Amino acid sequence: MTAFDLQAILPELLLAVFAMFALLAAVYTGKDKATPLVTWATAGVMLALALFIGLGEAVNGRAFGGLLFEDAYGRFAQVGILVAAAAVLLAGQDTLVRRGLGRFEYPLLIALATVGMMIMVSAGDLMTLYMGLELQSLALYVVAAMRRDGVKSTEAGMKYFILGALSSGLLLYGASLTYGYAGTTGFDGILAAASGGEMGLGLLFGLTFVVAGLAFKVSAVPFHMWTPDVYEGAPTPVTAFFATAPKLAAMALFGRVLFDAFGQAVGDWSQIIALMAVLSMFLGAVAAIGQRDIKRLMAYSSISHMGFALIGLAAGSQYGVQAMLVYMAIYLTMNVGTFAFIMSMERDGKPVTEIAALHQYAKGEPVKALAMLVLLFSLAGVPPMVGFFGKLYVLGAAVQADMTLLAVAGVVASVIGAFYYLRIVYYMYFGEAEERVETPMSPAAWVMLMGAAAAMLLGVINLFGVEGAAAQAAAALVN
Amino acid sequence: MEDLLREYLPIMIFLAVAVALGLVFLIAAAVLAVRNPDPEKVSAYECGFNAFDDARMKFDVRFYLVSILFIIFDLEIAFLFPWAVAFKDVGLLGFWSMMVFLAVLTIGFAYEWKKGALEWE
Amino acid sequence: MTVAGFAFYVFALTVLVGGLFTVVSRNPVHAVLWLITAFIGATGLFVLLGAEFIAMLLMIVYVGAVAVLFLFVVMMLDVDFAELRAGMAKYLPIALLIGVILLVELGMILGTWVTADGVEMLAAPVAGEVQNTAALGMVIYTDYILLFQLAGLVLLVAMIGAIVLTMRHRRDIKRQNVVEQMHRDPKAAIRMIDVKPGQGL
Repeated sequence: MTAFDLQAILPELLLAVFAMFALLAAVYTGKDKATPLVTWATAGVMLALALFIGLGEAVNGRAFGGLLFEDAYGRFAQVGILVAAAAVLLAGQDTLVRRGLGRFEYPLLIALATVGMMIMVSAGDLMTLYMGLELQSLALYVVAAMRRDGVKSTEAGMKYFILGALSSGLLLYGASLTYGYAGTTGFDGILAAASGGEMGLGLLFGLTFVVAGLAFKVSAVPFHMWTPDVYEGAPTPVTAFFATAPKLAAMALFGRVLFDAFGQAVGDWSQIIALMAVLSMFLGAVAAIGQRDIKRLMAYSSISHMGFALIGLAAGSQYGVQAMLVYMAIYLTMNVGTFAFIMSMERDGKPVTEIAALHQYAKGEPVKALAMLVLLFSLAGVPPMVGFFGKLYVLGAAVQADMTLLAVAGVVASVIGAFYYLRIVYYMYFGEAEERVETPMSPAAWVMLMGAAAAMLLGVINLFGVEGAAAQAAAALVN
Repeated sequence: MEDLLREYLPIMIFLAVAVALGLVFLIAAAVLAVRNPDPEKVSAYECGFNAFDDARMKFDVRFYLVSILFIIFDLEIAFLFPWAVAFKDVGLLGFWSMMVFLAVLTIGFAYEWKKGALEWE
Repeated sequence: MTVAGFAFYVFALTVLVGGLFTVVSRNPVHAVLWLITAFIGATGLFVLLGAEFIAMLLMIVYVGAVAVLFLFVVMMLDVDFAELRAGMAKYLPIALLIGVILLVELGMILGTWVTADGVEMLAAPVAGEVQNTAALGMVIYTDYILLFQLAGLVLLVAMIGAIVLTMRHRRDIKRQNVVEQMHRDPKAAIRMIDVKPGQGL
């Protein structure tokens, strides 16, 4: 182990050490009474690390003998993951305590999952990929089932666990096939093995299984079945986490594997990814229309959004990767804001998730309703919100890569999808009179909601410089 | 490779003898023993009573917690074997690497102790 | 057929038969026992491949711990397995279809077995003085230190998860307080009372 190895792993190391230290500190002092403090400390450490990674001196190279790649792509994803995880932790903290789930293990499990995600996105070897993925998944299975007295939450944890184990199995099967045919698990070695003219059928099978395993994690159709049930069953702050950081991590990992390990065979995987993208966009858009539960609706919405992000990957170009990263950054911001609102929805102290409860919401809470309007318009991709530019970006990448049909499909799907977002807006402003939902929010959640909504409007100017960072990241990945 | 397998030959023979012996007993019981079953003779005997209910009853979930904690430490021990065997070759880095690994799990152990997971109540 | 070849078929058959009966046996406890048989067969296969350490791991962890945990769970849950199995006939066609697809895929892979250079040597353990376990030990803790420490974190998460999900802290019972118990001394705890006859306390 060299000094460079240590430098490359430092953020993950610090976060893991913090999590362990906080675990002991909390269990030996206040136990669950220390939860707010632990949550704020965890979020603070995450934000500090995001600053450290984002602004620190950039070093590039291979650490641990190729097990870990340190480059701009990994750093971009890590910053996104850290910020999203911290935002969701802060927004959900008050809600969790009010629902009687304020356990101090929750922020620490999230922190350990974040360590796994940070490893995932900078993996340079199939083994590192798997270890990072399992660290992330295992922590998420636990938080999904955290409300253990609730049947739905237990079911969510169970379903997530079994299907997650299945997808890990697929991934491992693909990894072992790849190992057998390429003779190595390192991405550099696989790239070299695939570059000698045609990619063998064995490697192709390996690639397919790895892609299938990863598709489970990003919940792309046809591997999406778990998403609605898990989103509905898990406590809402946990759902908010599922919809944000892990999605970026899995998507970034997707890009990492496809370009760093199978970058010589773009033609081979591009069609698989394009097919999944089209299916995800359409299924997400169509299936969401009939939903009555806003968490299930958000699940289908995220499936559809993953489809759009996959378009960027399917383009197989540097511009495509850049588009995917920008799209994911916008998606994270929108979802943090939207979920900050959804988790505050309650009536008589009990959580409410029916869409019908939002009837005439705007009459009572005009400011929050306006923020939701902006966010929902942005999710639907209505100009001039930032969400529109995200969609434009990925569709532009598809057109540039001569995949016009894919782009056309994207436009059609986004028109269909706009319907159910706009329906919620319609309910909020023109719905029939009914007992209104209450949305008591902690200051942190309020800031997230308003901040995300403001970002959707102000970001139009220059996307807050995300574009430039994404371009750098994409250039580092596709070289 | 051949040498390696030859070292396992005694175990192989042992296994074969074990299986053969088991089969001999089973077959002997089937062939030689006198069998004269009747319903009272083969029914469960519970100290003079008829059996109250099924012998299978639900275990307390606490058994599960104890056993899962056992498996985790079992795996930890499994990592110690290659370390011990290669101890002379792994050097200082290998030594400290294992110490850090053990420290992580010790933190987990301290957590579960303080949390009360090891108490039986 | 060599002894090694014969042993391979015996162990492979054990795995297959064990796996089959795990699925079809009526009594869940028997299913777990068949599963153990399958594990033992797999152990034999690993030994034949020269992967001694993994073979022993399978014995200690899977047969010794995981299978026993399975038994626990089978006994802990009051599941009517006959009822569960009733659904099996319904899903049998689709399960068979998936099985056939996997079989065809395996066939296709075997048919086009083109491996990269230098893969052949991976099939067998490197010959020489170093035995399997030591060879593993020489790389796990140094070359693969990152993965090793991640494994430690995964185990930590598993520990926290098991406690978060299953531990219930009961308040209505008396617990042992070791420190208090050790600090107790006769002077504070015992009071001598001279009870007069006929008076009581």
